[in-house]
Amino acid sequence: MSLLKKKKRTEAEIPTSSMADIAFLLLIFFLVTTTIDVDTGIGMVLPPKLEEDVEPPPIKERNVLKILVNEQGLVLVEDLPSAVQLIRDEVMKHVLNNGVDPRYAESAGQALISIKTARQTPYDSYVAVLDEVWMAYFEMWDAEARALGYPDYAAYVSAIEESDAENAIREKIKAAISIAEPDAA
Amino acid sequence: MAGHFQKKTKTKQDIPTASLPDIIFMLLIFFMVSTVLRETTVQVRTMLPEAEALTKIDQKRLVSYIYVGPKKLDGNRLGDTGVQIDDALVEDLTNVRTIMYRKLIEQPRLIVSLKVDQTSEMGIVLDVQQELREAGTLRINYSSRRELPS
Repeated sequence: MSLLKKKKRTEAEIPTSSMADIAFLLLIFFLVTTTIDVDTGIGMVLPPKLEEDVEPPPIKERNVLKILVNEQGLVLVEDLPSAVQLIRDEVMKHVLNNGVDPRYAESAGQALISIKTARQTPYDSYVAVLDEVWMAYFEMWDAEARALGYPDYAAYVSAIEESDAENAIREKIKAAISIAEPDAA
Repeated sequence: MAGHFQKKTKTKQDIPTASLPDIIFMLLIFFMVSTVLRETTVQVRTMLPEAEALTKIDQKRLVSYIYVGPKKLDGNRLGDTGVQIDDALVEDLTNVRTIMYRKLIEQPRLIVSLKVDQTSEMGIVLDVQQELREAGTLRINYSSRRELPS
C-alpha cells in the first residue's frame, strides 16, 4: 500500500446544486406565459326584458338600417339584395351620413342597425353578417381615434383607461345593433 | 511528514443536491398530468363559426358557457339540436331561465358565452337569448374562432 503516493486529483464534476433553481425558473416561466385557450367571440349586450305596458321608444324609419338574413343565408339590406362583404360599407355610409342622404341616418348617435333573421337561418350566416357590422364600427372607431392622434382605437382605450376619462368615441358613435325577432310563421 | 499517516476519516457533511432537479421535474410532470383543464364533457358538437371582429374575454371567472349544437351520439353520428349548460343537456328551454338566474346572483357581472355550432339554426339561438333576457343575463358573447386570412 502506498499511502504516501497520494495523487492530487482535480474533481471533474459539474456543480449540480443550481440545477434545481434552473428547473424552478423554467417552471415559473411556463406558469406565467401559458394562457389556456383564451376565449374569443363577438360581444353583445341583449336588450332588457320589456315591461308589459311600456311602449318601446319611437324610432325614425330613416335612422334604422334594416338587414334581413333569410333561410338560405341570403342578405337583404334595406330591401335590396346585397353581398355580405358590402354590408360593412353600407353600415359606415349609414352611420356617418349626418343627415346628408335622406335614405341614411340623421346622425351617428341616432343610427341603429337592425338584424333580422328567420328561424331557419343558419347560425354561421348570421355571425358573418354580425361580424361585418361590428367590423364597420371597429373601422369607424379606428378612424376617430386616428383623428384624435392615436395610432388606433385600442391605443385610445388604454389611454383613457389610465386617466379614467369618458370614452368619447363610443359616445359619439354608439354601436347600436338590434337583433329583431323573426316574424311568426 | 508525519501528517500523511494520521489520516482522519472525514465524512462529507453536504446533502447531495444532484437529484433535486429531478425531484422538481417529477413535481412538474405530476401537476402537468393531474391538472384537468376542462371539467365538463361537451355532449353536443360545437364547431364554432369564424369571425373577424373578436373581443377577448380576459376574466374567465365571469364566464358561463351555453353549448348549442347537434347532440353527439354513439358511432360518430349526430342527433338533433341540443342545449347544454355545465354538465347536463337542458331538455326544457324554460329551465335556462332559472339556471342562469341562479348564476347571475352568484356572479352579478356574468358574461354568457354562447358556443353555438355553425350549422345550428337561428331559431334555437333566439329562444335561448329570449330566456337569457328573462333571466337578466344580458352580456353575451358569440364564441367564434379567428378567421384565417385567405
